[in-house]
Amino acid sequence: MIRFQNLFKRYPGGHEALSDVCFDLDDGEMAFLTGHSGAGKSTLLKIISLIEKPTRGQALLNNINLNRVSKWRVPYLRRNIGIIFQDHRLLNDRTVFDNVALPLIIAGYRHQEIGRRVRAALDKVGLLGKEKQAPVTLSGGEQQRVGIARAVVNKPPLLLADEPTGNLDPELSREIMQLFENFNQVGVSVMIATHDLELIKQMDHRILILNQGRMVSQDRPS
Amino acid sequence: MNNRGAIDSSQPASRITAYLINHAHVFFSSLGKLYRTPFSSLMTIAVIGIALAFPVGLYVLLQNLQDVSGGWNNATQISLFTKLSTTDQQSADLGHTLRQRPDIASVLVLTRAEAMSEFKSLSGFGEALEVLENNPLPSVLIIRPTSTHSAPDKVRHLVKQLQALPESDIVQLDLKWVERLYTMMEIGQRGIYVIAALLALAVLLTVGNTIRLDIQARRDEIIIIKLIGATNAFIRRPFLYTGFWYGLLGGILAFIMIQISLGLLSDPIQRLAGLYESGFKLHGLLLNEALILTGFSLSLGLIGSWLAVGRHLHEIEPN
Repeated sequence: MIRFQNLFKRYPGGHEALSDVCFDLDDGEMAFLTGHSGAGKSTLLKIISLIEKPTRGQALLNNINLNRVSKWRVPYLRRNIGIIFQDHRLLNDRTVFDNVALPLIIAGYRHQEIGRRVRAALDKVGLLGKEKQAPVTLSGGEQQRVGIARAVVNKPPLLLADEPTGNLDPELSREIMQLFENFNQVGVSVMIATHDLELIKQMDHRILILNQGRMVSQDRPS
Repeated sequence: MNNRGAIDSSQPASRITAYLINHAHVFFSSLGKLYRTPFSSLMTIAVIGIALAFPVGLYVLLQNLQDVSGGWNNATQISLFTKLSTTDQQSADLGHTLRQRPDIASVLVLTRAEAMSEFKSLSGFGEALEVLENNPLPSVLIIRPTSTHSAPDKVRHLVKQLQALPESDIVQLDLKWVERLYTMMEIGQRGIYVIAALLALAVLLTVGNTIRLDIQARRDEIIIIKLIGATNAFIRRPFLYTGFWYGLLGGILAFIMIQISLGLLSDPIQRLAGLYESGFKLHGLLLNEALILTGFSLSLGLIGSWLAVGRHLHEIEPN
């Protein structure tokens, strides 16, 4: 699904965010990405989601070389990635339903199909009754679930999450992680950047550890 | 069973269908957005309406003025003063001959005596003229060209021919004031074009600026939907349709304002026309002129939003 080969990313100004990073994420695999602040987690996710380009080395997504993606193809490739943000990034002037429907509207689904899929996605995250509410009337955990529903509604083969439990208490965090595992079990590849070592050590997935831009470990918890 | 011909609604619609679905969706949702912020929408629409109604209203008034002056042009008349040696009979014969010409509508012959009495009654020199022994006035033929021959160059040609007649002494044509009026109207027309061009630019900038503010206010939203996989065209579309609606509604408002203003003017103008014993009636915009106005306004809205979107949307990229 994802392959990084000797990848370097240097920002203008000289800061090297990623140095010589190599790793693979297999189709249908779930893995965590961790490390101290500024270790390069966000930069790595930005390269996968085509926000940044690598300075050197290769990044492949589904065997597509991300270095060589032309500008007009970027939106179409992004439709294969469901991105979940720490701050949810919901549109607050629209209902929960409209937020979740957005990727389908962008992809040009028909009206009936949009309704069916949105309700299915909301059902999976346990928010079926709240589709007419505004996001701000929901709790932090519920808003994050809306964000997840929006990311999966289009059935992308890959989910990327950037600190999805950053603002949640341990109980809610566990529920959110459980949700990601559910999607992984039906074949979706999942990559989650997180600080929550306590939580991820209890789960049986590879943990990629970045330290000052270098990948220092890629093992399962022992 | 072979199912290939059937529409599979679980897949995204074909590109063209998806494109049309999105256009239809944005067409109405952008109008809904204006409706939900009535105050700011109305302000923008009013600015467009006023900016367009002003030059177009002037244009309509000028058109009306041209109609009136067209009537005056038909009233062009030529005065032919005969030589003093010409007798009344000769003058009457000349009038008769001239009436046969195709380019002359009517000839009124004033004999020397008639000319004298008219001069006495109109000039106020009545008593002074009593002193004169002889009538110093020639007879006059007042000639009106037919309407097909009343254009200035044709009239001038006619004047030359009349001048060449053996009986004629002086041929007078008062075309100057018509020419002056026409020149003034031409200046008026140019002035209106200049005003119209400046105000069209103002409309363009107003729409552009409104859309620019809209883009800035929705910066976060644009970033989010770019991350979800929206193309630039998809993001551009609602803004372009917003500009479209501003232009369309502004054009319609301009039309309404012009008709109302003309309605307010028409009564006093008709009374004024009545005083000049004219049946003149103020006319408003014709249907095709109204359509052109609306189409023009709509184009300005689209171009203004296109400029704003092209300029500002590319600056917004997720980082």
